[in-house]
Amino acid sequence: MIQAVMVISTQAKPRLLKFYNFQAPEKHQDLVRSVFQLLSASPDSVSNFVKVDTIFGPGTKMVYKHLATLYFVFVFDSSENELAMLDLIQVFVEILDRCFKNVCELDIVFNFNKLHTILDEMILGGQVIETSSEQVVKSVEEIERLEKQSSTTSFIPKSITERFTR
Amino acid sequence: MEQLRTIGRELAMGSQGGWGQSKEFLDLVKSIGEARSKAEEDRIIARELEHLKRRLADPDVQRRKMKELLLRLVYAEMLGHDASFGHIHAVKMTHDESLPLKRTGYLAVALFLDERHDLVILVVNTIQKDLRSDNYLVVCAALTAACRLIGEEAIPAVLPQVVELLAHPKEAVRKKAVMALHRFYQRSPSSVSHLVSNFRKRLCDNDPGVMGATLCPLYDLILGEPNSYKDLVVSFVNILKQVAERRLPTSYDYHQMPAPFIQIKLLKILAVLGSGDKQASGHMYTVLGDIFRKGDTASNIGNAILYECICCISSIFPNPKMLEAAAETTSKFLKSDSHNLKYMGIDALGRLIKINPDIAEEHQLAVIDCLEDPDDTLKRKTFELLYKMTNSTNVEVIVDRMIEYMINITDHHYKTEIASRCVELAEQFAPSNQWFIQTMNKVFEHAGDLVNIRVAHNLMRLIAEGFGEEDEGADSQLRSSAVDSYLRIVGEPKLPSSFLQIICWVLGEYGTADGKYSASYIIGKLCDVAEAHLTDDTVKAYAISAILKIFAFEIALGRKIDLLPECQTLVDELSASHSTDLQQRAYELQALLGLDKNAVESVMPADASCEDIEVDRNLSFLNSYVQQALENGASPYIPESERSGVISIGSYRSQEQQETSAHTLRFEAYEMPKPSLPLATSQSSMSTPITNLVPVTEPGYYKEDHQTSKSQPPGDAVSGEFGVKLRLDGVQKKWGRPTYSSSTPSSSTSSKQTTNGASHSDGGGSSSQPRESSYGSKRQQGTEVSAEKQRLAASLFGSAAAKADRKAQASRKTAKDSPSTEKVATTNVTAQPVKEQVIPAAPPPDLLDLGDEPVSSNPPSADPFSQLEGLLGPASAAPVLSGTPATGTSKAPDLMSIFSDDVPTGVASGSTDPTLGDVNSSSHKGTTAVASKKGPSLQDALQKNATARQVGVTPTGNNPNLFKDLLG
Repeated sequence: MIQAVMVISTQAKPRLLKFYNFQAPEKHQDLVRSVFQLLSASPDSVSNFVKVDTIFGPGTKMVYKHLATLYFVFVFDSSENELAMLDLIQVFVEILDRCFKNVCELDIVFNFNKLHTILDEMILGGQVIETSSEQVVKSVEEIERLEKQSSTTSFIPKSITERFTR
Repeated sequence: MEQLRTIGRELAMGSQGGWGQSKEFLDLVKSIGEARSKAEEDRIIARELEHLKRRLADPDVQRRKMKELLLRLVYAEMLGHDASFGHIHAVKMTHDESLPLKRTGYLAVALFLDERHDLVILVVNTIQKDLRSDNYLVVCAALTAACRLIGEEAIPAVLPQVVELLAHPKEAVRKKAVMALHRFYQRSPSSVSHLVSNFRKRLCDNDPGVMGATLCPLYDLILGEPNSYKDLVVSFVNILKQVAERRLPTSYDYHQMPAPFIQIKLLKILAVLGSGDKQASGHMYTVLGDIFRKGDTASNIGNAILYECICCISSIFPNPKMLEAAAETTSKFLKSDSHNLKYMGIDALGRLIKINPDIAEEHQLAVIDCLEDPDDTLKRKTFELLYKMTNSTNVEVIVDRMIEYMINITDHHYKTEIASRCVELAEQFAPSNQWFIQTMNKVFEHAGDLVNIRVAHNLMRLIAEGFGEEDEGADSQLRSSAVDSYLRIVGEPKLPSSFLQIICWVLGEYGTADGKYSASYIIGKLCDVAEAHLTDDTVKAYAISAILKIFAFEIALGRKIDLLPECQTLVDELSASHSTDLQQRAYELQALLGLDKNAVESVMPADASCEDIEVDRNLSFLNSYVQQALENGASPYIPESERSGVISIGSYRSQEQQETSAHTLRFEAYEMPKPSLPLATSQSSMSTPITNLVPVTEPGYYKEDHQTSKSQPPGDAVSGEFGVKLRLDGVQKKWGRPTYSSSTPSSSTSSKQTTNGASHSDGGGSSSQPRESSYGSKRQQGTEVSAEKQRLAASLFGSAAAKADRKAQASRKTAKDSPSTEKVATTNVTAQPVKEQVIPAAPPPDLLDLGDEPVSSNPPSADPFSQLEGLLGPASAAPVLSGTPATGTSKAPDLMSIFSDDVPTGVASGSTDPTLGDVNSSSHKGTTAVASKKGPSLQDALQKNATARQVGVTPTGNNPNLFKDLLG
């Protein structure tokens, strides 16, 4: 099971945090910090796997990928295959690139909700549900289209619509 | 009107910024990015949160705005600030009927809350309603939230709907419903157990996505009880076969592999089902063989599948042909230059040697390379492998290496693990007791405060008891060698507390036993120890007891010794110590000095640490004294636990009950209410007769008191428990035995390791020095394998052989190994030229391992391999458009173009991608299409960069990096 997906900038700022085992919000920063310490300590030429049982509990491993200014981190337990996780990061990043057309860090900062949408299409409850990037992109685009359609009333202030719906 | 204007501005902003967010959010991100310090950032966000609090509560805010406000709240919380005031707004938003708002609400709720949160009850209702929605996106959002928020009690509320959704026409919904059901199963297996057959049904779903998702719950179920799913083996094998034969839609292909993630999951399931089941395994061999044959070692994902195959083969009923294929692939992994693959190779090897230990032999050099690799993850994995393959012939080398590695670890958690593994291996396989003690010494010296104190006691017992079958002479020889080594070590600074305890104890017991060292010499050393560790009471206690023992032995031998001045100071100091334990020991020592020979001999017989000490737990020798005192009118002793309140009475009652008849019904009525607490204490504290002081005592209670006092001397469980335990302790101390009190971890380990060297004459010790130096030279020599390393390999992997002729064996091994060494060398030689060419087509199979090679060593411009993986190459020096990688890309059609441009200034650099125009429209079919799509489009990149500048947002300090290299 996948326990967490994190995107952390090289400046140690979290850009996306998703925990599949609930972690209290006040613990998030500690987790980010300790993960980032591991990341910044590991040189480029070593393997992308790190044991993180001190941070996330026994048997947990972490796979990361360093791309430009971001670290993409997947934390998971022994029921997943490390190399496959590495490729899952790749799938995720490919999808991002297709959804944002040359993704950059700013895209991720401003659209982290979209990242969550994408991730929800790939991973649910810690299990991988979709691995075809094409399928994910298709469903994300569909969601966007339908969201746009249904947002016609959005320019009217809340107080007015509430009066109507009552 | 004003509002319209802002809307217009925002719209303009949206089209211009391209991020669809408002100016405010942009500003926020910008100011956070520019913040000079954490404090400044905190201030900015605190201000933002204030603002959000006001706006969220404002009823006149546009609803479209609400979405953004909530997202900003999520953003603030992600940065580590408390946004709990907004949780209720998130919950409210899930009620909204507009899709974007509802989805945002669900997103925020799923991020903010967990199933135990108070607000969840409000969401459960909404989820319930939304699961029935006509809009499938609403249903999806509700299912996603359900996975997160539905706890055990809420499951029945949504379960019927979720089960219904398993048959929803939309595959996205079916997929999520399967996962929701799985999640419920994880939370509370009992409430969903009647529905698990649904997972089997979904396995036959028309949509491969749903089928793939169903494998997750099935895997969990099968792990739980493999036997009830044996009937599915054939189906799984069939699915795997179809997937491997590319029967799935091409959209599931990834890097030219057909649905690799589904294959991996299936292999995992088969591994569980085939474990120890010959018949089930029989079905699998063909398809596994097929996968091996088609295996693609060029891509990361291809290797992932192969690795999973190896795992499967090593788990199911062994088949020689399959094992051979697995071993072959493993050796490819190990020979690869990628650390990731080496890691997988080591892991695979660890699995295979469980079936056939001989496989390791072939890979010994590769394993040793991994052991010396600077990559820590790889090193740890390799130590895990060595741990698994330790036997009595290689234990010395392996434990030596482990200790050597352990010394330099800083991570406490891992250091403890390695230390305890050393101990475990040494205890299990120790070739000689001498070696065992030396090894333990080293472990204690460097990680003494990390290992279990039990290990220290074991070591002391081993030294004390000797080794059973051997004669007494060997034992005493061992002891004197222990004394020798400890006397050498004891002066070292910063020894761990538990190690010092062992040293003191051994010196006290056996320091003077062989007559080699004089009593005053040993006592001097012990005084030094006590003085050097002023803060550690346990060590001081051990030291003073050891001194006491030495005095006792000397007196028993009839020699007269004087108290050294330094020893006198120590005794004086300890007699005035705050610790009563130390005081007692010091006084005991002084008292002992005044005794005559016979008394001392019976108090402290020589070498009696292994004798059992008889302890009269009931203190029956005091019976007459107690009786007499009672007769004289003394108040009977009431144990402390019975002096107060309800509980103690109850416990007393039950004790009494047990005493009379253990498991029978009680027929008498419950006793009167308990006596008041102050009454009881006053009773026990006063020595005057009870009747005088409290005339109206309850009769029942009084009676009980008497019973207590009566039952105490014969000794029931209660009284024995409290009084005597303490006594026992005292007796032990008197005898100078270790008191098994826990040690306080004190100092960190030092880097000393040579201390044991001299006594360390055999085997590992002598060879470790030259080995050490050979590592150094190896770095320069490159691929040439030194003889030293081969010797190491031989000692690690060598078959059973006596220790004496290891040298000969080593040389024999060296001869045997040299061909394979040369082979390694030659492959590397051939690899060199090929690497330099630009490869137009898929590289030849035996070189594919190079694909994942870290780019750092290669010139990025000419080497297409650097683009295989998403690893970043070194930044090209100038912040200009880098064209060379692009040409490389176009020449290597199946490689993904990665841009290794990490220019700090962040100026855009795009490629001159030939297929720039149709990037968006090109479909994802052929390999060439993939390659051309991956090339970042110049136009897009420049546009984005321009926008970023225009907006002036710099999220991470000074570089608004666009990463065109994301794609790899």
